[in-house]
Amino acid sequence: MDVSAETLIKLYVTMQRIRLFEERVADLVSKGEITTPCHLYTGQEAVATGICASLRNDDYVFSTHRSHGHYIAKGGDLRKLMAEIYCKSTGCSKGRGGSMHITSAEKGLPGSSAIVAGTIPIAVGAALRLSAVGGDGVSVAFFGDGAVCEGAFYEALNFASLKKLPVIFVCENNLFSTHMPVEDSLANPIIYKIAEAFKLPSCRIDGNDVLKVYKTGQAAIERARKRKGPSFIECMTYRWRGHVGPNYDVDKGIRTQKELDRWMAKDPIKALEKMLIAKRFLTNGEASKIVTGIEREIDGAVAFAKKSPYPPSDEMEIIRYLFR
Amino acid sequence: MRELTYAQAINEALRLLLETDDRVMLIGQGVTSPWYVGTTTAGLIERFGNRRVIDPPVSENGITGVAIGAALAGSRSILVFPRMDFMYLAMDQIANHAANWHAMFGGEYCVPLTIWGIINRGGEQAAQHSQALQAIFAHIPGLKVVMPSNGYDAKGLLISSVRDGNPVVFIDDRWLYNLRCVVPEGLYQVPIGKGAVLREGKDVSVITSSYTVHEVLKAADECRGKGISVEVVDLRTIKPLDSELILGSVRKTGRVVIVDGGWKAFGVSGEIAARIAETPLIRELKAPICRLSLPDAPAPASTALEDVYYPRKEQIAATIQRLLEA
Repeated sequence: MDVSAETLIKLYVTMQRIRLFEERVADLVSKGEITTPCHLYTGQEAVATGICASLRNDDYVFSTHRSHGHYIAKGGDLRKLMAEIYCKSTGCSKGRGGSMHITSAEKGLPGSSAIVAGTIPIAVGAALRLSAVGGDGVSVAFFGDGAVCEGAFYEALNFASLKKLPVIFVCENNLFSTHMPVEDSLANPIIYKIAEAFKLPSCRIDGNDVLKVYKTGQAAIERARKRKGPSFIECMTYRWRGHVGPNYDVDKGIRTQKELDRWMAKDPIKALEKMLIAKRFLTNGEASKIVTGIEREIDGAVAFAKKSPYPPSDEMEIIRYLFR
Repeated sequence: MRELTYAQAINEALRLLLETDDRVMLIGQGVTSPWYVGTTTAGLIERFGNRRVIDPPVSENGITGVAIGAALAGSRSILVFPRMDFMYLAMDQIANHAANWHAMFGGEYCVPLTIWGIINRGGEQAAQHSQALQAIFAHIPGLKVVMPSNGYDAKGLLISSVRDGNPVVFIDDRWLYNLRCVVPEGLYQVPIGKGAVLREGKDVSVITSSYTVHEVLKAADECRGKGISVEVVDLRTIKPLDSELILGSVRKTGRVVIVDGGWKAFGVSGEIAARIAETPLIRELKAPICRLSLPDAPAPASTALEDVYYPRKEQIAATIQRLLEA
């Protein structure tokens, strides 16, 4: 399958938008401007980007505490995302969710949960509804390697496979669940093998190779659109920043600088940029123009978030949200 | 007027909901089983098929997530737990997800989910097949809790729950299933949040719900023979609690006994007592607030022990009489 220059550039732009957004958030957290706990997606951009590139607005994506990348890849508005991270009333969840709970009804992201594995069965339920109404919509569950330790993961995989639902399970294996290396949490750390036990077509791929993610994702999504059942994709990747916040967790002894350097050398964005330039789909000048344009958009999002009001604090307003 | 058993009323509500709204989906363990849900789901799978009436594997937490996801994507999900003790397995999806979703995402989405849990007490089923967990769910912001006491209310409240658009925990007591009452044909709603005075009286208000209502009515008959006029208030909805109705009745009679089929400690009876005590009405009471509920102990198996564990009409009548003598 040949991927067009246009698609490749689109993948590049989306990855840069996630990267630059996350790095700006890291900076703002360091400065004390942002206080909601932020689990940054830097380093994992190829996963959300590669998968969501084949999705439509009427397909569902369900996310986790590390949610910004999925929101941006699904086409969410940077201003509403930044405003939510500032916990302002103009945020996508009106300042009630913060960084871990973001939503976009218009782009098909019903929500992200801070409870590990929490949204996996919910994504399966959305797929159940999609399969009942006809059409070819699909549902995607993003989750980390830590979620594979939760019971909800197994219950969801079994039911999806049993009912052949149009859902794609995307495991972002970033090698750590919070502070714990994957080998210390899973008896069998080859996660896609676990999924195979549920008779799901499963694979493990380089999650930093956006083209590989894109092609694998597209095949799984097509399979779901044709109502041939669910698929499981384990994407090997790495988070550059710590579990939460802007630090690198090297000083805390969780990982070595050498390990971090090795993964930073496998930067998914740099790799694609190199390929685009080699193929003459992109020049250095165009690349920096893209970056400048995104930086300007992020400046706008930060300005919007800062000048937005906080949610109204009267009790009636809080109760109104409980029971509409 | 046509009479139905409580179970038939539920069955009719489910059939009408499935018939008139193609978004409605019934999912839960045993909906096709001959014994799990009594006769409440009889005939539904034959009529509506296995895409709308789904008997899933025993994966309570996962299946609750599935029902939530379907609701977010446009279903009106009815999720059944034939023994509500198993709802503890689904607490993460119920409390962290269904209950929080609407508020946590700024009102962008609603979760139209009816969680139907059945209390199975009696019959020597012991501590894990007998629990009445209304207080647990009523404690959680974002959930409504209803507990009908008869077939008329059960049908109307089930329809209201499904149409509500928010997560509603609908709690049945199996001891109600064979009781008969007049149930109109067709769709009708009993409003969530409104209790009912089942019997007017002037000496004492007895506040109760679900099956316990029937024990209270029998106790009230017994008291009438002794010249005591008992007002019986059926809560119908636990949350939002109909405080207005409770306070109005207690203001009239000046005495109150709260009879709850759950545990006393930190429970529904304590909440009602507090609602009364928080108002100036507390100074006008002719006797202290009195509570009757389950002892702070797991349900026993032996019938000999069950007989003393659950509040029965004799105990309720004796409590009322003691209160009047005080």
